[in-house]
Amino acid sequence: MIFKNLSINTLIVRSIVLILTFSTFFLNVSLAKPIDDNTEPGEAFNPGDMIMHHILDSHVWHFWDGHYGTIYLPVILYSNERGLEVFSSSNFFDDHHNIVEYNGYKLVDEHISLLEGGSVFDLSITKNVAALFMNAIAMLIVFIGVAQGFKKNKGKAPSGIQSVFEPIIIYIRDEVIKPNIGKGYEKFVPYLLSLFFFIWFGNIIGLLPGAANLTGNISVTLVLAAITFVITNYNGNATYWKHIFWTPGVPLPLRVLILPVELIGVITKPISLTIRLFVAISAGHIVILSLIAMAFIFHSWAVGIGSSVIIVFISLIEILVATIQAYVFTIFTAVYIGTATQEAH
Amino acid sequence: MLLSILLDVNLAIMGAGIGAGLVAIGAGIGIGKIGGSAMEAMARQPESAGKIQTAMLIIAALVEVIALFGIVLNFMISLKT
Repeated sequence: MIFKNLSINTLIVRSIVLILTFSTFFLNVSLAKPIDDNTEPGEAFNPGDMIMHHILDSHVWHFWDGHYGTIYLPVILYSNERGLEVFSSSNFFDDHHNIVEYNGYKLVDEHISLLEGGSVFDLSITKNVAALFMNAIAMLIVFIGVAQGFKKNKGKAPSGIQSVFEPIIIYIRDEVIKPNIGKGYEKFVPYLLSLFFFIWFGNIIGLLPGAANLTGNISVTLVLAAITFVITNYNGNATYWKHIFWTPGVPLPLRVLILPVELIGVITKPISLTIRLFVAISAGHIVILSLIAMAFIFHSWAVGIGSSVIIVFISLIEILVATIQAYVFTIFTAVYIGTATQEAH
Repeated sequence: MLLSILLDVNLAIMGAGIGAGLVAIGAGIGIGKIGGSAMEAMARQPESAGKIQTAMLIIAALVEVIALFGIVLNFMISLKT
């Protein structure tokens, strides 16, 4: 292969892509350890538990079974009886990785409560919170770079990372935000662009091996939909509220009937946004994890190799789904804001 | 006695399997119709093939999410012992 015609950046990006693609083959090997070492005779491989463990949030970040394979994330608890307490989650595990009680707190199914039977306000840095910070840092690095490139290249052609992201930003602004919101769209461009890139980066980060399932967590998508709900209804003008409460152009008795339907419609829009993103990302992860689990259920090399090939293709589809779901969330938000702020016609 | 047969959890797991199959039929029909009309439209007017393809992918993602919703529910039912 002739490498001298390619720039060093292209070579680095291509080698990273190749490594990530083929790492899906070796993910089977890394998961192989828990079967051989920790399984007592009689304890079969439970695919449901393995899949749920990778989908759900957790107080530790588990990469591989071994002394250095787990990151014990900090636990931050607040309760009326004990006040604010911060400690490492390694206190909840003994040497053999069994869960023990610590200092009056017990950890059951990733839920911390007091030994005496009270509830605590769990503000810990869990796996998803750490992934959210990683997502934020990635977005900051990328977009500060884009902004500095824009300042540097005023009037000239874009260069570097600006040349990747500026066409995407312009596309979202001109094809998604401006046609759907119409007049006064500039107010909403920052929120909608941040929303698109947060969901896109979060989806892609969730597909990397060993990563946390950030946007497949219903709490995260619920918060994004709630922010959309607040922004839409805060900026709703008189025409919008009139359409909901006192629909024009409809006979009087029907208006009373339409009122509860319209109110339900106001609530179901953010609910549909929540469920759509959560299901699309979580189900994608469940499909990939089920295919990995197939190799362990059948205890066969042939099934392992075959499923690895299928996993590569499904992972590529998942990358497409990641982009499409971010785009769909953004365009629906833009449409809802547009219907709330448009003038009467 | 009939009630104890009906309340058997194995029936729920079988129902989850049947449900997953029905969900797949729904997704197949929906995305098949989208793809079919997209093919037809692209054959009629080849210069708008790019726009049609983009719209087809987006709507296919929306239909697929409903199917995945059914898959996730059935999966969670099948985990109950």
